[in-house]
Amino acid sequence: MTNTETIEKKRSGRPPENIRNEIRIELPSSSVNEGIARSVSSVFVSQLDPTFEELSDIKCAVSEAVTNAIVHGYRDKRGIVYITIKILDERTVRIEVRDKGCGIDDIKTAMQPLYTTDPEGERSGMGFTVMESFMDRLTVVSKPGSGTKVTMVKTLGNPKRTFK
Amino acid sequence: MNSGMRSSKAEAVSTIDGHTMIITLSGDIDHHSAKRIRGQIDSDLFIKRPKRAVLDMSAVEFMDSAGLGLILGRIACAEKIGCRLTLLSPSPQVMKILDLAGAGRFIEIKQK
Ligand SMILES: Nc1ncnc2c1ncn2[C@@H]1O[C@H](COP(=O)(O)OP(=O)(O)OP(=O)(O)O)[C@@H](O)[C@H]1O
Ligand SMILES: [Mg+2]
Repeated sequence: MTNTETIEKKRSGRPPENIRNEIRIELPSSSVNEGIARSVSSVFVSQLDPTFEELSDIKCAVSEAVTNAIVHGYRDKRGIVYITIKILDERTVRIEVRDKGCGIDDIKTAMQPLYTTDPEGERSGMGFTVMESFMDRLTVVSKPGSGTKVTMVKTLGNPKRTFK
Repeated sequence: MNSGMRSSKAEAVSTIDGHTMIITLSGDIDHHSAKRIRGQIDSDLFIKRPKRAVLDMSAVEFMDSAGLGLILGRIACAEKIGCRLTLLSPSPQVMKILDLAGAGRFIEIKQK
């Protein structure tokens, strides 16, 4: 059984698939890699000449997804976090964060603001809400027992700032 | 300040000004750094037991939802010792996250 949930703002149709550039990163599920994942994403996305705010939003969304894979997906076990970032058209970035961890039973509930399964860890339960509001589209696909894939798409606003 | 390409080490430094403890946060506040920062702030609060504490956010370069958890946890911790916590000068990026959680309902947020 695979569960899926998509939340979309802005455009309704999927952008045409025309991959301009791509990076794949595989990181062990150690918390020090949360910052590494942010830095690498930041460098890669910078080729689109994003505004400071757009870059901050993307770094934050990546941080949330990678942290979730490490904290919830793998819990205290070791595993690999798979990150793929694609530049689709002149202004669109798609980020995929995947783990082979425990998976999510009820994605809709997990995505509710303030919902957390780990209140002792001082979590606010706002990770998915951050991803959803800082990116244009958020899709979560999960299979309990096999893992979770989070896909986030953002189209940068300024048409003058384009892929060179 | 770095250009955002590199993550910078998070720190919490406390000073006392009369009855007020000023806790200056800096660097990147994420899940990785939050645990260490939390321990540091809590031990400072429990040792000094101030009446008021100000969490100066102006030097925070990055914060995600782990930072929210850190702030909410510190409000609870301060309450236990009868201390009122205020947030000072979060950046617009940090403010966006605080607003998502409606943090203004739980804590006073001031600008320098
Ligand atoms: N990759 C994942 N694998 C398994 N469960 C997950 C994964 N990502 C999220 N979850 C589940 O969804 C819940 C909500 O995630 P969300 O990021 O919104 O909040 P949180 O991580 O609990 O708290 P915060 O992100 O504010 O620290 C988590 O508590 C967890 O139960
Ligand atoms: Mg989270």
